Amino acid sequence: MLDVLTLVTGLAALALAAWCGFAAYRDQPTKDWHFIGMAVVSALALLQLVVGIVQLARGEKPDQGTTIFVAYLIGAFACVPAAGFMSLAERTRWGSVTVAAGGVVLAVLEVRLYDIWGG
Amino acid sequence: MGGPGLLLVWLYGVMVVGAVSRSVFQISTEFDKAPLAYSLSAVAGLVYGFITYSLVRGGDRARRSAFVCCALELAGVLIVGTWTLVDASAFPDQTVWSDYGMEYLFIPVLLPVTGMYWLRKGVLRQRPEAAAA
Repeated sequence: MLDVLTLVTGLAALALAAWCGFAAYRDQPTKDWHFIGMAVVSALALLQLVVGIVQLARGEKPDQGTTIFVAYLIGAFACVPAAGFMSLAERTRWGSVTVAAGGVVLAVLEVRLYDIWGG
Repeated sequence: MGGPGLLLVWLYGVMVVGAVSRSVFQISTEFDKAPLAYSLSAVAGLVYGFITYSLVRGGDRARRSAFVCCALELAGVLIVGTWTLVDASAFPDQTVWSDYGMEYLFIPVLLPVTGMYWLRKGVLRQRPEAAAA
């Protein structure tokens, strides 16, 4: 379950990065549709956070330690919303670039989460 | 900030979270294992925090101090990066700046260069006479 979520969230984050990168390439700020995309990716990250904590509560142990695992889960959840709020204040292509960078960072966090869980 | 500065603030913010959380975790759990590596991560976290604050705050003085810190950061990542390659035994565990920040997608080495370039350009734009001189 967790591995599937990690994969889906990582791919969604990359898709978001490509989409916002394309908006930046066309010299556009983030628009409503982009924010819906960010909401979808954030919802996936939230689901991952909940599922991860449930797995821990059921007594499963991440390979590299519980604290690191939880820290990365929280970081992954906060990543896209933080970039999204920043892009709200910057209505130029640079807002889109920032969200694209947020998507790439989230994808990297997902790879790290996969390692930490020991998939 | 504004424009490309927003991206810089975001990336520096990511590095603050990365460096600070790494050093807090390492120092609180197993400081004796690699005190040098863990202290360097903490220093990196402080430097990133200060640069992020300066970039958000803006203004001439904040820009100047951010510029100096970027130079420090570049020196840090080059020295520590080389050090980890030459004398790996001094580093039983990784720091944020190990192997020139490879674990962090080389952002630690790219960021200060980009930051200095952008800060320099901003200063010149604010004072056109400096560009002419």
